[in-house]
Amino acid sequence: MTDTHSGIPVHGGKGRLVSGSILSIILTVVPFWLVMTGVLQNASATVLIIFVLAMAQIVVHVSCFLHVDRRAEGGWTLLAFIFTAIILGITIVGSIWVMYHLNVNMMPMSTDGMQMN
Amino acid sequence: MSKAAIKTGAPRVYHLDEEHEHSGGATALGFWIYLMSDALIFASLFAVYGVLSRNYAGGPGPHQLFELPLVALNTTFLLASSIVLGVGMQAMDAGNVGRTWVLLAVTGILGAAFIGVELYEFHGLIADGATPQSSAFLSAFFTLVATHGLHVTFGLVWLVTLLFQISQRGLTIENKRRLMCLSMFWHFLDIIWIGVFTFVYLFGAMR
Repeated sequence: MTDTHSGIPVHGGKGRLVSGSILSIILTVVPFWLVMTGVLQNASATVLIIFVLAMAQIVVHVSCFLHVDRRAEGGWTLLAFIFTAIILGITIVGSIWVMYHLNVNMMPMSTDGMQMN
Repeated sequence: MSKAAIKTGAPRVYHLDEEHEHSGGATALGFWIYLMSDALIFASLFAVYGVLSRNYAGGPGPHQLFELPLVALNTTFLLASSIVLGVGMQAMDAGNVGRTWVLLAVTGILGAAFIGVELYEFHGLIADGATPQSSAFLSAFFTLVATHGLHVTFGLVWLVTLLFQISQRGLTIENKRRLMCLSMFWHFLDIIWIGVFTFVYLFGAMR
């Protein structure tokens, strides 16, 4: 959707903003509630749920607040977003993966040796 | 019109007004590409934090340092500012100058509150001796969170500039384009903050 006079994209419908706002509030409150009250005894389950909720909230923000979809700019914004998301994933996951293995395969070092460095 | 030009035999003039009409759209895509490159800066900072976040060097860890109520307050301010700006952009589309200005101002106040809480948190950490120099974990933490805070601060400068622009010239095409870019920037920073509060604060507090 484009404003015929200025060519500036029009900012979606009111419904999209309202549903995006409600969803993002829920997706923010739930992880804080999970961690601050510790209702789930299982820590790894909590971590997994928080991770999924964060990914969901990023998708909500991108689609409802930034209006990125297949129609926006002929699909170029979506393409750029997906490309960036892939690079982002490779950078973060790759760095942590490589450095973890580097740590594991390092020669064991005594605490004295660590303090000397 | 073209027929008339041929009939009179006048030299043909070609108007490339097509490109001017779509300048707003091109700006949106260009600015989006900038935001994506900025996301890569944050990706590298998140990666650094992910690698170094357990290197405490005998100093305090995240579960001792982070105060989640403070982070929840911070998150509320930034999320609220994003929603208010979304409403403000709809007021802009409706051509309501006064409403756009007020909502933009409220966005700025909420953003300033976010920065205030963050500086208060940093002040508390440094007063407790948890300075960026004390461990790799804290270096990575301060770099990541403060880079985001610096982005919000520059967003605030931009926002105040636009408040003056709108009050003096109203919602001109140029101001609408600037507002559109600011709203993209602001929502983008909120998305980065989702990553910060999830991966740094919530994961850290559970350690």
